[in-house]
Amino acid sequence: MALTGVEIFKLLPKTNCKKCGFPTCLAFAMKLAQRQASLDACPDVSEEAKKILGEASAPPIRPITFGTGDKAVKMGEETVLFRHEKKFVNPNAFVLEIKDTEDDATVDSKLNDVLTSEINRVGQLLRIDGICITNESGDAGKLQSLAERIAQKAPEVAVMVNTENPDAADAALKPFSGKNPILYGITEANAEKMVEIAKANKAIAGIKAQGLEAAAALTEKVKGLGLEDIVIDSGARTASEILEHNTYIRRAALKKNFKPLGYPVINFVQRDEPMYEALVAGLGVCKYASIVVMSSAEKWKNLALFTLRQNIYTDPQVPMQVEQKIYKIGEPTPDSPLLITTNFSLTYFIVSGEVENSKVPAYLAVMDCEGLSVLTAWAAGKFTGSKIANFIKESGIENEIKHRELIIPGYVAILSGAIEEKLEGWKVTVGPREANALPAFLRQKVA
Amino acid sequence: MAFAEPKEAFPGQVVPVTIGSEIQETFGGENTLPFHKFEGSVPNRPLIAYEIQDVPPEDWPETVRKVYEGVSDDPVKWARYCEDELKARSIALRLVGTHPDSKNLSADDAATVVKGVLDAVKVPIIIMGSNHVEKDAEVLPRVAEVAKGRNCIIGKAQEKNYKTIAAAAMANDHKLIAMSELDINLSKQLNILLTQMGFSREKIITDPMCSALGYGLEYTYSVMERIRLAALAQNDEVMQPPMLGDVGMYVWKIKETQAPEDVLPEWGSLEERGILWEAMTATSLMLAGAELLIMRHPRAVEYTERFIDELM
Ligand code: SF4
Repeated sequence: MALTGVEIFKLLPKTNCKKCGFPTCLAFAMKLAQRQASLDACPDVSEEAKKILGEASAPPIRPITFGTGDKAVKMGEETVLFRHEKKFVNPNAFVLEIKDTEDDATVDSKLNDVLTSEINRVGQLLRIDGICITNESGDAGKLQSLAERIAQKAPEVAVMVNTENPDAADAALKPFSGKNPILYGITEANAEKMVEIAKANKAIAGIKAQGLEAAAALTEKVKGLGLEDIVIDSGARTASEILEHNTYIRRAALKKNFKPLGYPVINFVQRDEPMYEALVAGLGVCKYASIVVMSSAEKWKNLALFTLRQNIYTDPQVPMQVEQKIYKIGEPTPDSPLLITTNFSLTYFIVSGEVENSKVPAYLAVMDCEGLSVLTAWAAGKFTGSKIANFIKESGIENEIKHRELIIPGYVAILSGAIEEKLEGWKVTVGPREANALPAFLRQKVA
Repeated sequence: MAFAEPKEAFPGQVVPVTIGSEIQETFGGENTLPFHKFEGSVPNRPLIAYEIQDVPPEDWPETVRKVYEGVSDDPVKWARYCEDELKARSIALRLVGTHPDSKNLSADDAATVVKGVLDAVKVPIIIMGSNHVEKDAEVLPRVAEVAKGRNCIIGKAQEKNYKTIAAAAMANDHKLIAMSELDINLSKQLNILLTQMGFSREKIITDPMCSALGYGLEYTYSVMERIRLAALAQNDEVMQPPMLGDVGMYVWKIKETQAPEDVLPEWGSLEERGILWEAMTATSLMLAGAELLIMRHPRAVEYTERFIDELM
């Protein structure tokens, strides 16, 4: 549990020597409690106090990095149960399972799905983050040759080796040694050997337990064997088990400061049908999974899951904004219509989507209003006649289009006079109030 | 350290709402977070209603329009198809044709359509206007009268027209959808206004406004979670009505459900993409608290039902 300022104060030297930059030890303690200062600033703090404070201030869910390089995935460090309270910190990894019983063609096609999965959505590059190599055959040699094939063909992708057999684990993990792989399949029965292998290859320990109590006991055991980078599989497989276990794990870690479950969670959501599997994977995204292991990675399925993950992990306190500029929709010509709206991302998505639906090529001027929607921005004095006029003049659009007609949102019809006054030679046309009327409006306009 | 399940019990409870006459459906009624049956009671599964409309769905994209080819030219045929062939548990009739920018059908025209549909099917019916504030206030009272005795849901009442519509729902014993725009305070305020005019909070369905996956889903998701926490943890009575996710309408107009694969090969199959988009929007909102969903594509409904099965 986080300590209070007074509790921290009791552990400090109480000399008020000011070396930490604060006037008193108490003032420093208060800042520490709010996590606005670091204990390192006090040179005289005792080793014992360091230990107590260090444990208390460690994040309740351990930060772990899966994979290396640009595409490494950070996990853990979450601080809340509900996204409106505070931003969910580290988006989950999507991992595709490849089994050592699958033929080379299937393996290559799955690898190709992973390597070509990258999509740019609203400025973020999203992809299938990792591969889970499963020892379905039970044969160590088969797992090893699959591991070597993958290490060679997809050297940058994070890998999780899935086996309960230490001999198979040892051979299959080698090609990924030092690349922060996960060794998944550590059980009560094999923990000693498996943890040795994981340590030798600098791997994260993926524990495989049946139930939360067993999972907690197993993380303690692994930690006792000297490995603290752990990810947890509690054995949940059905949707209702996943919801229950993930909720309990997140709550235990955050609200009870229960360290044995303070690790990122893996969910295995494989189902026969990709569409249905996507829905169960979505449950993992919404409800606290750090790694979601799937059996397929179709492009349409990836797009929906990447989008969901992006939505859930958006910062709820910062309104989503898009860049101020004149967006081209379709291939506009100098005669194409020009519309204006604000840079609230939702507004932008909806308006640009409807303009696109109209199939009428157009220019969409998106003005920076600090991420407010049209009516709110107008009410806040950020979407006014003179500001719009300035933006249009400075945008350079006058050099690109022949006409001088600006279409404004119906909700701010009241602005047309003011804009025409400041924007000489321009005509303002009032568009529809709701974006869904734009296709009809635009089609009529160019008809 | 011994592990103890960190269960949470709440003082509040979501109102159970029963709709329909000959065939009835009940949703809501839980005293815990969505599907948290491991720590509370979840007596009813969410209800999915198939969306139909009074005029042919010309603006629905091909993927979902073709499903209803041959029936969607007539709301009565369409409703029967949903009940008989798709085994719909409920049907949501949207009177889009009454919108002044559409066919501007009159309240009497709407009443005829509603009567036809009600006579043709037995499952509970949701009747919605065209989301035009003034026109809905004209049309919905008339159709509420026609539907008297069928225990329908009428909507949507908004801040600007709730009085007329709520009065009509009350006089004819219907439930009411109360819609506000993505703001927990506005939502609460509308429910307070409704109860102040004597409308029972037990007959309200809150619509905090839907958004599609990728197009503001996170806003709807979080407003729903906040409303639900207010209902359960703070035991705030006006926040306790069940919630609506009006999914189909928002999903089947965005680019991801329309852009063909040959134009955007990196997005994969258009058909699968559209159906998944609707199902995933629905399942995510259910996880945030929606108990009533209005959807369009039978396969999206089927997968969503399966997801509910696995969670119940
Ligand atoms: S440096 Fe340490 S001992 Fe000195 S005032 Fe700061 S907290 Fe107190």
